[in-house]
Amino acid sequence: MELTGAEITVRCLAEEGVEYVFGYPGGAVLNIYDEIYKQDKFKHVLVRHEQAAVHAADGYARATGRTGVALVTSGPGATNAVTGIATAYMDSIPMVVISGQVPTPAIGMDAFQEVDTVGITRPCVKHNFLVKDIRDLASTIKKAFFIASTGRPGPVLVDIPKDVTQFKTDFEYPKNISLRSYNPVTKGHTGQIKRAVQMLLNAKRPMIYAGGGVILSDAAKQLTELARLLGFPCTNTLMGLGGFPASDPLSVGMLGMHGTYEANMAVQHSDVLVAIGARFDDRVIGSPEHFYQEERQIIHIDIDPSSISKRVRVDVPIVGNVPDVLTEMIKLIKTSKEKPDQTALKTWLTQIELWRSRDCLKYDRTSDIIKPQFVLEKLHEVTGGDAFVTSDVGQHQMWAAQFYKFDKPRRWINSGGLGTMGFGLPAAMGVQLAHPDAMVACVTGEGSIQMNIQELATCKQFNIPLKIILLNNRYLGMVRQWQEFFYGERYAESYMDTLPDFVKLAEAYGHAGRRIDNPAEVEDALKWAFSAEMKNTLVFLDFRTDQTENVYPMIPGGKGLSEMILV
Amino acid sequence: MENEAGALSRVAGLFSARGYNIESLTVAPTEDATLSRMTIVTRGSDEVIEQITKQLNKLIDIVRVVDLSDGQHIERELMLVKVRAEGEWREEMKRMSDIFRGRIIDVTDKTYTIEMTGAGHKLDAFLEALDKGAILETVRTGASGIGRGDRILKS
Ligand SMILES: Cc1cc2nc3c(=O)[nH]c(=O)nc-3n(C[C@H](O)[C@H](O)[C@H](O)COP(=O)(O)OP(=O)(O)OC[C@H]3O[C@@H](n4cnc5c(N)ncnc54)[C@H](O)[C@@H]3O)c2cc1C
Ligand SMILES: Cc1ncc(C[n+]2csc(CCOP(=O)(O)OP(=O)(O)O)c2C)c(N)n1
Ligand SMILES: [Mg+2]
Repeated sequence: MELTGAEITVRCLAEEGVEYVFGYPGGAVLNIYDEIYKQDKFKHVLVRHEQAAVHAADGYARATGRTGVALVTSGPGATNAVTGIATAYMDSIPMVVISGQVPTPAIGMDAFQEVDTVGITRPCVKHNFLVKDIRDLASTIKKAFFIASTGRPGPVLVDIPKDVTQFKTDFEYPKNISLRSYNPVTKGHTGQIKRAVQMLLNAKRPMIYAGGGVILSDAAKQLTELARLLGFPCTNTLMGLGGFPASDPLSVGMLGMHGTYEANMAVQHSDVLVAIGARFDDRVIGSPEHFYQEERQIIHIDIDPSSISKRVRVDVPIVGNVPDVLTEMIKLIKTSKEKPDQTALKTWLTQIELWRSRDCLKYDRTSDIIKPQFVLEKLHEVTGGDAFVTSDVGQHQMWAAQFYKFDKPRRWINSGGLGTMGFGLPAAMGVQLAHPDAMVACVTGEGSIQMNIQELATCKQFNIPLKIILLNNRYLGMVRQWQEFFYGERYAESYMDTLPDFVKLAEAYGHAGRRIDNPAEVEDALKWAFSAEMKNTLVFLDFRTDQTENVYPMIPGGKGLSEMILV
Repeated sequence: MENEAGALSRVAGLFSARGYNIESLTVAPTEDATLSRMTIVTRGSDEVIEQITKQLNKLIDIVRVVDLSDGQHIERELMLVKVRAEGEWREEMKRMSDIFRGRIIDVTDKTYTIEMTGAGHKLDAFLEALDKGAILETVRTGASGIGRGDRILKS
């Protein structure tokens, strides 16, 4: 039977088992919306800004591992989506974005609401398509989902001109698709894996450095098994938190610019470093020159060959899927007669404990002003460490990463690569829709929350009872910190003047809110927010926190891992 | 690479976005109309070339990437040069073109248009050898390359 392009689009999404489409209508996608209206296979969530549609699809994807889907109209709809797409691209999130386009004969005519969406998004997508012929529509959407979710995941955009959504053709959704130019590897090279295992067994000061690739490939189980089997300490990147349980004695927490003293010292002084789904980001190893000052051997497991030997030279590259490679390593280690040198390992772990005893995350617990760190510790306590926590970008993000000790993967959801303020609230919507019964907290700052605050309306319409934990320091705190440290305390434009009354604002949108000024009220407010009574209500907690608190440790730009500013 | 609209801009965009330089780039469909073949001439340290290769391979439209300079290869470029051909120039230009195995493919009272193919350095040498004042216009395609002997790109 012949279907219109709009029907085909909707049918394809249903065939892919899509549960939610986050979107916003407009002229170029009206035919698609008309078909959405007529179907009940998936739900459409009407956001209040296209950026939020993409972040919500992104949050959904991060929390579930499934491909997020967003739908936007041509022109401004597409340009509004760009920040969301770039955010997903930098963090390798599987996502399909469908954008409307002006009709094919109008393309290139400066038509109403025409932009070159494929051109604009090209540098921030894994791939994109302009569908010019309706006969290619179904197979293009199939390809989009395939590309987005395999190999190193990423966003794929499909731009569909309005006339293509009107034309008709036979519909058949391809079961499988193979692309001659795209064959991501999974199994690592056996020889390299053997070399790596030998190197690990010979290590005296080993260190596991695990990143977002462990989360993306659902390899937390294998990583934990490997670390425990060998008894090796493990650090996680900001994107890798939860990939190894923070409560495990072998965990040294996050490394990098705001990583712990013990993690950064241990990585710098390790003799064998195994990087697993991590990309040696500049925020992680600091200056490569300083990093090279200590000799160490590096094993790097990554599915994307271009991540390997990009910023640092690697001794044993292993291109492959993390769980596959780790499973093979574990097998080899178990059957090997050799064991790591236990005396050396013990000395090394003792050294790490010494570094840990520096207590680099300490803060003033006696203060009568609310310390942001205290709120996060209490959040962990009240939620039993079992919440999904999204965050925005700034100091609050770093404190959440440091103080909410994540034991499980996919619980910590933040924009690491692009560092997009405005991510937290819409991402939390996607998370809560994916896990309706879970506790979802959005940790944010008064700067960040205002970048997508309109989504409070979406939360009301779709009954999304997430909890907003606003660490309100009346500053663009992260900017203020840099100005304090590096710009002679000249606080240029970093004070958030004329803030709204957030409690009233939340109430105006139909939610509940509370302002908290004293440390003594913190726990009570959190308990209230997560109480059975508020189970179905969005709660906005406005914590008035210390305005001048800084994030420590900190590696200043251009410095090395062991050159931290400590409190 | 796939002979798809947009494939060329993906490659060009990759080079500009990552700050790699392109000395020349040529592309055209092959005997298989669904495939195009591109030759890019670029310069960089071993690490940079390795990254360029990996990043190109990552593009979905790219089927295969080889670094021709890893082995024996042949490189050819086509150049068209319009030169002055009046008075004493006329004989001189003909002579130079012959020496460099060029062909005069268009003639007017005042000009010759010379066609020449060869490796880039040969074309450079020809231009060097000409009197600067004689050159009216040049157009070059950039290099196309292919492996020497039995070495082929198909896998
Ligand atoms: C204000 C701010 C401060 C920050 N400070 C820090 C900091 O102190 N410490 C820190 O760590 N980060 C910090 N970041 C984040 C930083 O910018 C990077 O986003 C982050 O470090 C990258 O994490 P990653 O190396 O785990 O890589 P990701 O970006 O998560 O990349 C994942 C890697 O895994 C690979 N991969 C994906 N799937 C697979 C698979 N199936 N198998 C194998 N490999 C796979 C990918 O190819 C990629 O190389 C900060 C960000 C902000 C905004
Ligand atoms: C969209 C966007 N614009 C600007 C920045 C730069 N930036 C990084 S952190 C920050 C301050 C964030 O302030 P707030 O949300 O109040 O968080 P705080 O640091 O105070 O916890 C800014 C402006 C950014 N990351 N994203
Ligand atoms: Mg702030």
